[in-house]
Amino acid sequence: MSRVVFLEDRCKGCLLCVAVCPSQILRPSGRSNRNGYEMVEMSPEGKCIGCASCAFMCPDVAIRVFRTSPAGKRRKA
Amino acid sequence: MSELLKARAGEKLIFDHPSVLSEAVTHYCPGCHHGIAHRLVAEVLEELELASRAIMVASVGCSVISYDYISVDSVESPHGRACAVATGVKRARPDTIVFTYQGDGDMGAIGLAESLHAAARGEHITAVFVNNTVYGMTGGQMAPTTLLGQKTTTTPMGRRMELEGGPVHMAEMMSQLAGVAYAERCSLDSVRHIRAAQDAIRKAFSIQAKGLGFSFVELLSGCPTNWHMDPVRANTRIREEMIPVFPLGVYKDITAQAVPVIADKVVEGRS
Repeated sequence: MSRVVFLEDRCKGCLLCVAVCPSQILRPSGRSNRNGYEMVEMSPEGKCIGCASCAFMCPDVAIRVFRTSPAGKRRKA
Repeated sequence: MSELLKARAGEKLIFDHPSVLSEAVTHYCPGCHHGIAHRLVAEVLEELELASRAIMVASVGCSVISYDYISVDSVESPHGRACAVATGVKRARPDTIVFTYQGDGDMGAIGLAESLHAAARGEHITAVFVNNTVYGMTGGQMAPTTLLGQKTTTTPMGRRMELEGGPVHMAEMMSQLAGVAYAERCSLDSVRHIRAAQDAIRKAFSIQAKGLGFSFVELLSGCPTNWHMDPVRANTRIREEMIPVFPLGVYKDITAQAVPVIADKVVEGRS
């Protein structure tokens, strides 16, 4: 499964990533960073598809996206 | 944290910080689209390998310290005069890639004359124009691009046509000038529009690199703070209120093969 990593010191809690996530797996974390902004997290049970929509939308470059190729689409050796 | 940022087996990092963008956390408000615009410019400069010879001319407004965020050589210009300063930079150093990054108060109000004349002269520079319909830095006053009916601190009853006039359409004005090679209006309200905006910025820089003339990209952007709404609602406002007034699209592209329908004279001249 793909995953996203939030750089918590960069996040400003604008929630634009939450709004654009097609899988709806992002949510406010309830925790604040040192600037006082409530950070966003990926819910543990969420299934990330690695589309990077959240990272494209993020105004603060606070998201890194790691994509794992789906098993069915892996190239055959 | 550092463990999380390493690609595990079978994983590929598909979105990373562009090297041309500084690691500094910006001073912009949460949900401000300047951050997206900065990133798009940085990604394009990196991709086209132009960063080492790029010179940015920064403007006045919220983006006044954009040279702290975009890691290229920069010149700060007086309010509104970015295109005039860029003209001098480009003429002195024609081998460089010169671009301005301006807001709507800067380019559309105090700097309108300098911007239009730089475009009319066909200076080989690129202008990235961020249109969020207010003066952001000074507290949300009416800008030339403010929509009719929009409440700002200087139009508390909403902008009225009979008193304050209507919004200025920069992309359309630019497209009428002979020196302009490329003029497009994009929006930063959705992932699809952001990708289109990146294509437009890439095209604008490649047109400058080819020396074809003035290139202009307008980016419809959100200002949640001065619009008094949350960032998600601000994006909805761009879609529902701004795009109908400021239609997206390519207004001029001299490299396009098809001749625009509106340019009747061009069609006559070709026959």
